[in-house]
Amino acid sequence: MTLTTDRPTAAAPARPEGGALVKQFEFGLDAPICLTWELTYACNLECAHCLSSSGRRDPRELSTQQCKEVIDELQRMQVFYVNIGGGEPTIRPDFWELLEYAIAHEVGVKFSTNGARITPERAAFLAATDYVDVQISLDGATPEVNDYVRGPGSYDMAIRALENLQAAGFSDAKISVVCTRQNIGQLDDFKRIADEYGATLRLTRLRPSGRGADVWDELHPLPEQQRELYDWLVAHGEDVLTGDSFFHLAAFGEPLPGLNLCGAGRVVCLIDPIGDVYACPFAIHDQFHAGNLLTEGGFGEVWRNSKLFRELRSPQTGGACSSCAHYDSCRGGCMAAKFFTGLPLDGPDPECVKGYGESALTGERTIPAASQDHSKSNPTRNEPVMLQLMRRRPDGQDSPATRPVSACAESPIAGFTP
Amino acid sequence: MLTHPWELSASVALRPEPFGALAYNFHNRKLSFLKRPELVRVVERLGDHPDVLSTLEAEGIPQEQHAAYVRALSGLAATDIIRPRTAT
Ligand code: SF4
Ligand code: SF4
Repeated sequence: MTLTTDRPTAAAPARPEGGALVKQFEFGLDAPICLTWELTYACNLECAHCLSSSGRRDPRELSTQQCKEVIDELQRMQVFYVNIGGGEPTIRPDFWELLEYAIAHEVGVKFSTNGARITPERAAFLAATDYVDVQISLDGATPEVNDYVRGPGSYDMAIRALENLQAAGFSDAKISVVCTRQNIGQLDDFKRIADEYGATLRLTRLRPSGRGADVWDELHPLPEQQRELYDWLVAHGEDVLTGDSFFHLAAFGEPLPGLNLCGAGRVVCLIDPIGDVYACPFAIHDQFHAGNLLTEGGFGEVWRNSKLFRELRSPQTGGACSSCAHYDSCRGGCMAAKFFTGLPLDGPDPECVKGYGESALTGERTIPAASQDHSKSNPTRNEPVMLQLMRRRPDGQDSPATRPVSACAESPIAGFTP
Repeated sequence: MLTHPWELSASVALRPEPFGALAYNFHNRKLSFLKRPELVRVVERLGDHPDVLSTLEAEGIPQEQHAAYVRALSGLAATDIIRPRTAT
């Protein structure tokens, strides 16, 4: 953990005046605009690709009081909304209390859930509450595709939640889909489901983070599927949310709507259940650990002055990408995707659409060991088929599991053209 | 727009940023960015002056930039960051 006072003394390039907004974002903001807060690592499911390797509650989890103090600070910093995830956040007995507390303190909430606890009563409560957004995770437009990675019964669970929300009059729920090799062909079906429930579709990228690292090889979209996804986004981009998921696809042609830069530590960050602050929800690793908000100065100090975040806000080099004609829009892709596949951070993304990632993946690389794992130690009846199959693999890699993928939300600059 | 009274919407909060400010409308949940400190001041003061023109003048915005400011303000009006002031 690095709460440093040794600020870089070398003359750092100054922030430009005016100009494109992305340039400003590169130098960081006074407070995040895309803050994810995983409230718990506990989860009722064991999704094969869980980005936070969730399953078991961490005994050091922040108390209700500590959470409220975090909310107070977010209000002071004018963080206008947070994306709450986990784990399954609604498992916390104080979840609804914290939700109301946040809203009462001008911190809007969007929370990600697998839907298990969105009963008709809760749906009615949500429909009656302002400043709350609900995001239901669904990774297949059919039970077969969804349950293979999210576990038996999880498709029905999500659909029931959507039904309950719709019946209660909750408008514009979000359906959050992690795009995989198995569901890219279902994009139109996802859209149909979203339309049916008056919901908005949100598509995100499968990143090799958390348990996602174990299944990435099998699930990440094939090169031709990336093209399919890009074309679909060009056709439907204005109606779906993507956050910063697909800017690496911009190298196919036009940039897509959404945030077209890696915002980690600049406009994006993650607070985990024990108060650790990381550069991004997909970067839960010691290497991207900026500090803990229980230390003096709290979250604000970590955000403003941690050594890591200061580094991320200083101009970065494009390395092997800088000679690429698409560098301006693609910017070498996702830092977390590179890190967790063992590629250099200043080189091409593993899914570089020009194919440079693929060749890099065949070269010498070391996949970093996970620095933490809250997966359940024994599989339960909710274990997805995918993990059962993996368990039987000859390499004997036992990889138990858990939970819905939440993430850096919709574009923080939705509706804004820089 | 120049000769009409405007004001910052009541549901909007401005967060200072190194480049200017970030404006958030709690009603429609839209985030906008004010990319110059001068624009932030103009937006904050709109409600204190009879109209947009007098606000620009009071804030010392040179005449030749007025058109650009009106464009920026129209953009902010579109997301209800600022709105026409009715009764005073
Ligand atoms: S590391 Fe990847 S997921 Fe995280 S902010 Fe950067 S681009 Fe987004
Ligand atoms: S070489 Fe780098 S900048 Fe060019 S498309 Fe690939 S990842 Fe993007």
